[in-house]
Amino acid sequence: MADAILRIDRLSKCFGGLIATNNVTLEFERGQVHAIIGPNGAGKTTLINLLSGDLSPNDGVILFNGRNITRLPPHKISQMGIGRSYQKTNIFAEFTCFENCWVAAQSRLKSSMRFFRPARHLQAVQERAERALGLCGLKPRRDIQASAMSYGEQRQLEIGMMLATEPELLLLDEPLAGMGREESLQVIELLRRLAKEHTLILIEHDMDAVFAIADQLTVMVNGRVLETGTVEQIRSSQAVQEAYLGVEEAV
Amino acid sequence: MSSLTRSLPLVVALLTLLLFPLFGSSFYVGLVTRIIIIAIFAMSLDLLIGYTGLVSFGHAAFFGIGGYALAIAFQDASVIPLWQALPLSLLAAGLAALVIGWISIRTSGIYFIMITLALSQMFFYYFFESPRYGGDDGIFLFLKPVLMIGSEDILNLDNENNFYYFALSSLVLTYLFLVMILQAPFGKVIKAIKANEHRVRALGYSTNGYKLVSFVLAGTLAGLAGFLEGAHTGYINPAYMSWHESGVAIAIVILGGVGTLYGPIVGAFIIVLLQNFLPELTEHWQLLLGGIVISVVLFLPRGATSLFPRLLSLIRTEKGVPLSQEESTKVDTDG
Ligand SMILES: Nc1ncnc2c1ncn2[C@@H]1O[C@H](COP(=O)(O)OP(=O)(O)O)[C@@H](O)[C@H]1O
Ligand SMILES: [Mg+2]
Repeated sequence: MADAILRIDRLSKCFGGLIATNNVTLEFERGQVHAIIGPNGAGKTTLINLLSGDLSPNDGVILFNGRNITRLPPHKISQMGIGRSYQKTNIFAEFTCFENCWVAAQSRLKSSMRFFRPARHLQAVQERAERALGLCGLKPRRDIQASAMSYGEQRQLEIGMMLATEPELLLLDEPLAGMGREESLQVIELLRRLAKEHTLILIEHDMDAVFAIADQLTVMVNGRVLETGTVEQIRSSQAVQEAYLGVEEAV
Repeated sequence: MSSLTRSLPLVVALLTLLLFPLFGSSFYVGLVTRIIIIAIFAMSLDLLIGYTGLVSFGHAAFFGIGGYALAIAFQDASVIPLWQALPLSLLAAGLAALVIGWISIRTSGIYFIMITLALSQMFFYYFFESPRYGGDDGIFLFLKPVLMIGSEDILNLDNENNFYYFALSSLVLTYLFLVMILQAPFGKVIKAIKANEHRVRALGYSTNGYKLVSFVLAGTLAGLAGFLEGAHTGYINPAYMSWHESGVAIAIVILGGVGTLYGPIVGAFIIVLLQNFLPELTEHWQLLLGGIVISVVLFLPRGATSLFPRLLSLIRTEKGVPLSQEESTKVDTDG
């Protein structure tokens, strides 16, 4: 592949006897949207957790921009330019929308070990937080407490917080799950826009959305990569039809 | 609530405290001095419990170390220079907090409670069983710290009123210091850690560093309170750092209102006054005290100070300006 932003080589993760990630080798090309699909329990979230440092693998290597980031803690991986959103909403429930984005935006200061001047005077952080809020479509909800918002809006905020850290590579774990049609379309539009300047790794069940925005597609089943290639290649793959897409249609 | 109406009760309280020695007898000046000292101690704990999400059950260790540092260094001195004694106490308490914090912040929840309790009990038993430092009899100090420039006394804490104002200034400075760091970038991070530490880490913060700094700052301020208590009573013993003392501090913070800073001041008034006057009423006063604490926690789960916004809103609704439920229950110090 021409220019891989992220390479993973023979990555494995076990939970007791369960092999959630089984010898996965993949490359992600810079500037592309790479979707990962697969049935529930296929190991998609586990893979994202390994990439973001939330879990550390039993075996294998992860290279980001050529640097080995295997087993780095989450905060170091975030600082290197990998942002993630969570499948299970993971926000500061008692903070307002804006405060949620603020904490994210402030993480790009060299250090937050600053004790004397009020944080609100930090112009750059303020702008970064406002921009993220605008991008995720929550500007009108700026001062609403996050826990008081709808589930779909909380999912949007999840994306906004990720954006406020200004990452180069975005790991999105089912960003559309639980969203209404309207919100979904809005977020798909946002992802499409983000794709112009970022690399996206997108886990998503909504196949229309996947086919609409993805360049590359990987199908995972039982912790393994079943097939990987361009969207066209996967669509016409016999194995995938049987193992996954067929199943979806049968349901 | 506007910042004016919010700070009004504080200003009134401060003015009352400033004028108090003009009217109060020496006994009451001494009693309120003790309340102020306990308020500093509880406020420092509120930084951990109310703002960082660290429920420490060993906070009294730093209170005790602040007092012992003063007593050990100056028990045989002919004069206690304030500008040597005070930094020494702060440093000793801060260092102890660095050690205890470094070990304990790696755990969370109930484990954090247990490990802070265990480590502080180690300090307790060290002093309890150390004949050099008086064992369980403790150490007496016959002098009060003095602030001198050259050979000139600027401030002699031997005077009860001087001590009172020195303690009050310490309380005000502690409050302002905490407000300052809570509004600074550091404060944003620790509040976020309290809300959801996992997410803070995922956003790129090394959370242990922030928790440790918070722990050390809180320990140092507890050391300030311990220094004042030691200097005020002239008597330092292991009971200063017993788990009982840590528990009382937690009760004061919860009683007054967690995560408010001013709540612990109110809590300190309630608890210390009750501790002083209940024994005159009944010999089962501790039972009564426990009952009062439990009732407040049951009926005012956000602490005694959550009454203030309610009262304010009651006054306002009587004037015909209704206040939304959300606003009336919201109690926070940053605007
Ligand atoms: N922390 C964990 N501990 C134990 N088992 C886990 C853990 N996380 C995931 N698993 C298991 O690993 C498998 C893959 O899960 P996951 O990665 O969440 O799948 P997906 O996101 O594709 O639905 C599932 O069988 C799940 O039960
Ligand atoms: Mg998943």
